[in-house]
Amino acid sequence: MSKKTHSAASLVTRRTVTAGLGAGFLAGTAPFSIGRAAGAPLKVGVLLPRSGYQAGIGQDCQRGVDVAKAVLKQMGMPDLQIMNGDTETKVDVARTTAEKLIADGAQLLVGAFDSGQSTAIAQVAEQKGVPFVINIAAAPPITEQGYKFVFRNFPTGPMILRDAFLNQKEVFSVAGVAPKTAVMLHCNDTYGTAILKGTEAMFPKFDMPYKIVEKIAYDPAARDLSVEVSKAKATGADILYAVSRLNDAILLTREMIKQRWSPQAVLSIGPGWYEDQYLKTLGKNANGPISFVPWYDPNKKATKLLKDALAKAHKGIGLNTNHVYTFEALLVAADAYKRAGSADPKALADAIRKTNITDNVSPGPGIMFNEKGQNDKLKCSAIQNRDGDTVTLAPKEAANAKPVWPMKRG
Amino acid sequence: MPLDIYVNVAIGGILTGLVYGLMALGLSVIFGVVRVVNFAHGEMMTIAMYLAIVLFARLGLDPLLMLAPIAVVLFVAGYFLQLRVINRFITRPEHSQFLLLVAIAIIIVNVLLMIFGPDAQSVQTSYSFDSYQIGPIIIDATKLYAGGAAIVVAIALVAFFRYTTIGTAIRACADNYTGAQVVGLDVNRLYALTFGLGAACVGAAGTMLVIIIDVTPALGPAYTLLAFVIVITGGLGSMSGALLGGVLIGLTEAMAGLLFSPSAKSMFAFGILVLVLLFRPQGIVGRRTA
Repeated sequence: MSKKTHSAASLVTRRTVTAGLGAGFLAGTAPFSIGRAAGAPLKVGVLLPRSGYQAGIGQDCQRGVDVAKAVLKQMGMPDLQIMNGDTETKVDVARTTAEKLIADGAQLLVGAFDSGQSTAIAQVAEQKGVPFVINIAAAPPITEQGYKFVFRNFPTGPMILRDAFLNQKEVFSVAGVAPKTAVMLHCNDTYGTAILKGTEAMFPKFDMPYKIVEKIAYDPAARDLSVEVSKAKATGADILYAVSRLNDAILLTREMIKQRWSPQAVLSIGPGWYEDQYLKTLGKNANGPISFVPWYDPNKKATKLLKDALAKAHKGIGLNTNHVYTFEALLVAADAYKRAGSADPKALADAIRKTNITDNVSPGPGIMFNEKGQNDKLKCSAIQNRDGDTVTLAPKEAANAKPVWPMKRG
Repeated sequence: MPLDIYVNVAIGGILTGLVYGLMALGLSVIFGVVRVVNFAHGEMMTIAMYLAIVLFARLGLDPLLMLAPIAVVLFVAGYFLQLRVINRFITRPEHSQFLLLVAIAIIIVNVLLMIFGPDAQSVQTSYSFDSYQIGPIIIDATKLYAGGAAIVVAIALVAFFRYTTIGTAIRACADNYTGAQVVGLDVNRLYALTFGLGAACVGAAGTMLVIIIDVTPALGPAYTLLAFVIVITGGLGSMSGALLGGVLIGLTEAMAGLLFSPSAKSMFAFGILVLVLLFRPQGIVGRRTA
């Protein structure tokens, strides 16, 4: 007995006590660590142009962030801890802010509305091995670099144009019309020129019923577009094919009314003609234009949740592209965190790669990424302005109205 | 293209040019008398535009009716700016004056940004979408009203300088600074009065422009540049030159947009400026100085 006792006592040395404490600490902290990953909110760095010339858009995207928490909770998703970053609408600031957010503990990045800024953030994310989910940026090269940590749930430029032509055909078919001629009015900035070139390259492939009889470029910062409208009117084209920004879309509409020009339709690719400020500024004169844009599926359940949350948080603001795709980027993050059960960046990236969210807001089968990290199943919509709001005309699975053709302003 | 398109575009260009001319008239008056180049000219115009927007949004007051009150507000602001600030720089080197007015311009832009934000704002009057049709000719009602008001204000200004005692005194200061002091004129006050009148002109122009174009705080520098192009083309310091320059630039931009590419219309305006500088540096109606 005494020997045994002695023997046992001799086994309990300082070394074994230390080892035991160490093992106990490890055993105690390991489950705690897993528990923290599953229970603590995921730290998401949201990079947006909150100041600079894109500040208005950045602040609009922020509305999608504001409502995300409540909607994600309703959808049974884990909580996110949002870390705000301002790119100041500058590529170099986007890069340094992404680095700072990661250094401050961001476990996933979301952003950044603009292709240039998103490209810079993607480089940082890839270098640091932190997943980056792009909310809005259409430049194709971002997901063509072989990045492993970069994911985009937004259509690329060619996807937007492809869907624009497909949706136009669907609108023509439903309306039973076949316009013969179009005049293209496009802003001459990077975006307008890219769409012009894309149109020139893709138009012949889609066998459209109309011909583009004239292409008129204009300065988007111009304060007077009367000459441009006079020129377009003189072509006598059936439709106006517009590539604009917000202010010039308002100017063009005013001039069209003043010059008493009513083409059968205004078909717009890109921003401007459907935005809240356009609808509010022009009132009943905003009715009619059809825009071909990345939008939301009004028939999906999650869309209703998001619309209700936005109406509650930001009265008078209509759901739009900025809110939808920023929210969906956060949805991707929350869903991946839920499935990964860990905030480990590699585990998160692996989980994002296997994303298959069908309960989402944007049109198409859902959110899923190809081997390049691009959601290539996304579809853009055709929407028409009606009485201060928009209705969806195409694609048919996301439509909730039939086109009014020819357009009626009042 | 049918002929009526050319006529419509030409009329629109002339009417817009008249408002441009009135805006530039203020710059020309200030330089012609005070010999200070107002680099905050376009920014002062945006103040008038925002005043018109606020009065319309809050009280429903039509900008055309507010033309005189807003011009008075700008007159007072310009008067005290010259009296209290710029007069101290009159005898300083030109680069000091330049820096002062550029600083004022930057302050104006940023204060407007803080108050009104970066988004474009406009007024929607009952006639915002109106136009008059005479046969195939369609005239934009807002441009017609603005152009008409510009002519009235310009005539009033010319009459003031030609037929009033104060106007004559101001012209005396412009002709001979030392002589004016010798005969006992209060040059500092007359300078302040002149700067006030220039500011009133730009205030009236801004109030009219707000019914034609949307305003953002960033609009100012573009219109300062435009005012320079107009007064240099017409003749720096010449009132008739400013109006003529405005009409010429407005018409050139409109016709160049129609005949060539609309996105290149500013290029033609600058082309005229280069030609004037090469072949008639004093401006179309300016006087050659020794």
